[in-house]
Amino acid sequence: MTNHWVDIRNANLILSMGGNSAEAHPVGFRWVTEAIEHNKAELITIDPRFTRTSAVAQDRAFIRTGSDIAFLGGLISYLIETDQIQREYVLNYTDAALIVRDGYGFEEGLFSGYDEATRSYDKQSWMYEKGDDGFVRRDDSLSDPRCVYQLLRGHYARYTPDMVSSISGIPVADIQRIWKKIAAMAVPDKTMTILYALGWTQHSIGSQIIRAAAMVQLLLGNMGMPGGGVNALRGHSNIQGLTDLGLLSQLLPGYMTLANAKEQGYRAYIDKRTKQPTVAGQVSYWKNYEKFHVSLMKAWYGQAATADNDWCFDWLPKLERPLYDILDTFERMSKGELTGYFCQGFNPLASFPDRAKITRALSSLKYLVVMDPLNTETSEFWKSYGEYNDVDPSQIDTEVFRLPTCCFAEDDGSIVNSARWLQWHWAAAPPPGESRPDTRIMGELFLRLKQLYQTEGGVFPEPILNLTWDYKIPHEPKSEELAREFNGYALEDLTDAQGQVVRRAGEQLSGFGELTADGKTTAGCWIFTGCWTEAGNQMARRDNADPYGTGNTLGWAWAWPANRRVLYNRASADVQGRPWGANKAFVWWSAAQGRWIGADVPDFPPTSAPSEGQMPFIMQPEGVGHLFAGQSMVDGPFPEHYEPFESPVPQNLLHPGKPKVRNNPAARIFDEDRAALGTPEEYPHAATTYRLTEHFHYWTKHARLNAIVQPQQFVEIGEKLAEEIGVAAGDWVKVSSKRGFIKAVAVVTKRLKPMTVGDRQVHHVGIPLHWGFTGVAKKGYLVNALTPFVGDANTQTPEYKSFTVRVEKA
Amino acid sequence: MAINVTRRQFFKLGGAGLATSSLAVMGFAPEPAEASIRQFKLTHAKETRNTCTYCSVGCGILIYSKGDGAKNVEQNVFHIEGDPDHPVSRGSLCPKGAGLLDFVHSDGRLAYPQVREAGSDEWKRISWDEALGRIARHMKDDRDANFVQRNAQGQTVNHWTTTGFLAASGSSNEAGYITHKVVRTLGMVAFDNQARV
Repeated sequence: MTNHWVDIRNANLILSMGGNSAEAHPVGFRWVTEAIEHNKAELITIDPRFTRTSAVAQDRAFIRTGSDIAFLGGLISYLIETDQIQREYVLNYTDAALIVRDGYGFEEGLFSGYDEATRSYDKQSWMYEKGDDGFVRRDDSLSDPRCVYQLLRGHYARYTPDMVSSISGIPVADIQRIWKKIAAMAVPDKTMTILYALGWTQHSIGSQIIRAAAMVQLLLGNMGMPGGGVNALRGHSNIQGLTDLGLLSQLLPGYMTLANAKEQGYRAYIDKRTKQPTVAGQVSYWKNYEKFHVSLMKAWYGQAATADNDWCFDWLPKLERPLYDILDTFERMSKGELTGYFCQGFNPLASFPDRAKITRALSSLKYLVVMDPLNTETSEFWKSYGEYNDVDPSQIDTEVFRLPTCCFAEDDGSIVNSARWLQWHWAAAPPPGESRPDTRIMGELFLRLKQLYQTEGGVFPEPILNLTWDYKIPHEPKSEELAREFNGYALEDLTDAQGQVVRRAGEQLSGFGELTADGKTTAGCWIFTGCWTEAGNQMARRDNADPYGTGNTLGWAWAWPANRRVLYNRASADVQGRPWGANKAFVWWSAAQGRWIGADVPDFPPTSAPSEGQMPFIMQPEGVGHLFAGQSMVDGPFPEHYEPFESPVPQNLLHPGKPKVRNNPAARIFDEDRAALGTPEEYPHAATTYRLTEHFHYWTKHARLNAIVQPQQFVEIGEKLAEEIGVAAGDWVKVSSKRGFIKAVAVVTKRLKPMTVGDRQVHHVGIPLHWGFTGVAKKGYLVNALTPFVGDANTQTPEYKSFTVRVEKA
Repeated sequence: MAINVTRRQFFKLGGAGLATSSLAVMGFAPEPAEASIRQFKLTHAKETRNTCTYCSVGCGILIYSKGDGAKNVEQNVFHIEGDPDHPVSRGSLCPKGAGLLDFVHSDGRLAYPQVREAGSDEWKRISWDEALGRIARHMKDDRDANFVQRNAQGQTVNHWTTTGFLAASGSSNEAGYITHKVVRTLGMVAFDNQARV
């Protein structure tokens, strides 16, 4: 979230799209109802289904799954054509006025630079044009045909209400009514917040849907504002933390990235990531990349990391494929290219797409290690459970180890909620039997490997033999030790410009501003620096005071970065540093004190006066929010609607008769998986998976209470579809895709209505995902038997929210 | 029984209601009765502050366990409720969080290391020493056989692509951090957590 849960109460309008927070995040949703009751806010939901969030909304529309960019692109066009934008904000805090290179263009559904053979873009033309001074050119009149504003306007001119309606299935009147309400948030003292979750990420165009939302918020002047922002509500309890810590194939902690194989030199690696300002005088905070990187390498490799060996740059693995994401890995695994695999608290048999392929892949491993508190389906993928898991163990040669771990109630540590708060927790009891914390398992495993390399030698042992491991009990690192390590400390005395010692060697650092690139500091995750200082564990703080009445509790836990609760909060004040409205005062410039003050920690250099002209988006080289994505996306600088890879609609209505741009042309799909896509004729129904309020993924079917209240697998179909296929409520139905089937009880509901899309009527099928063959609930079918093996072009997040099935009476 | 509740009370009830079947605890009994039940139930319990393990709202919870601290006594969790001081949740729990106690004590909890040998149709209990010893052996054998120091183009890559690792976004930052530190040091690249899906 750019903002946070309690801040939702400051919104004037709440757009819930790509999520269903009343059911998936019920306690967070109380702040939506708080805004409705006490801030006269309106809630609008846009969803394929009538959800419990829709049930309490003041306005709602029903959208065909996978068509969100059509709706948001049309909204962008409407805001521009009716001149309902926050003009002062757009002009100063976004790239609207910046000029784009001449070569950039968009034709026949493709952006400039497309290469069909590699399904990728050369992004050379997706750049701002620089003037003779080396900085980006701009046109403050916003009239230059090459300025971002005019390109944006041109791009979305095609997204008329009629076009949006024909793609999304939303009637024109509903579209226009909702656009009008959203446009009213363009005035400086009103804000809309956008709440989304996996309903936006799990599409082959997922990242671009979210970008479209961010662009709407920039045009309305809602980023950095209390009650504004683009808020990813997210899934698991520490999914934010594991993302922050970089446990993803291409990342290092704190959103640093691994080098690819072409980046052989340390200096070139650093220079590419050290973003210098492209507009004069801007902050461009990534210019400090080397400080973060060297501090990480000092945390990991200690004295072995020196300037002379480029801080052990070659010890980090380099990427030879674009991404070693889970789809890529299971594709390789299914071809027998992997030997071993670890699942630490992760149940891929249940949660990865095309379950038959996942079973095939796991069966080809030599060894599989599962670390989990629970008896997961993955750990028993080799065991026959009849139709629920139809395998022959004698044909599966994978050696499977199952290691019992602690659950939340049995270990100490911190987890990061979706508002970026690091909250500390304590163990209440020992775990059952011989279960151990993950920290200890990883510690013991590492020490055994290290010993093997010490005694036997082996390939490239240097990083293993030199890894910093100074824990008091080496095989059992304590959470306190690890938290202090990712915060970081001074290795030598640190001095200020006058030579005064400001930090003694050995002291914990108080913030990432203290990090240096010369090896004097450590920090295992620079964005977490400040969480465990000389003043102790900041994550364990419990002061819930809210002195400004904005819902900002700076004394509760600790938020990254630097305990800021609303990102980009400098944008909550105008160019002169004054709040946009008295009711939206949040962070502002105090001439008397010579610094930024207010309810939050300023997301800005604290003494940079408005007259200095620095702009609020300090992580961007231009200092402004990007309407034009330039280099950050692989599939286009502006979001474009493409159909899901499996769609009930045979063509992209924006580009009729052009099959190459029916689906995202930059999304990766393996040949075998493309062959496993169904056609609208065979599989006519639009399917979408989702969670229920009584369950959490595949965990709570192991908890008796949750199994009692929601015991049995079902699917939801509308009354019209039920009538067409001769199914009554309570009948068993078989739901099939080209990849597999499930059987479940039919819930026939008014909550799903047929929609008119182009020339056809589309029925949605709702598929809750919580059942499997282990646990205390009734056994059920893993729904990922149905889903396609294709992901978002940027993140490779699988397209679970839009695919096609056929429903029939079982 | 006629029960009058305001909308606000009902909202609270929806959050707190699932875990308890007792109407008194659900707020329908006179306040003194409720207070005495609570006091009785939680007397001598140890209170531990924690965070709900399910979704990313991060609701505060209070875990109550029994055990008098004696050398041969282990704490046993018997009650979990919302933390009223928490600025987001203010004491509420949803239907998922209301069932946390049954997660802690689930029949599906694993208690011992086990192995399923190749081609076998059953689990076999093994010691931690055997489990970690065999796993470390597998890892080293694979790493030594398949670690790539230079690729076909002669570029230094120092990566190990034949063993992969999925980390847990239900685990703590501290577990995530040490996992990352170890996994990257071994040279692994096929490394993701639930944020990928």
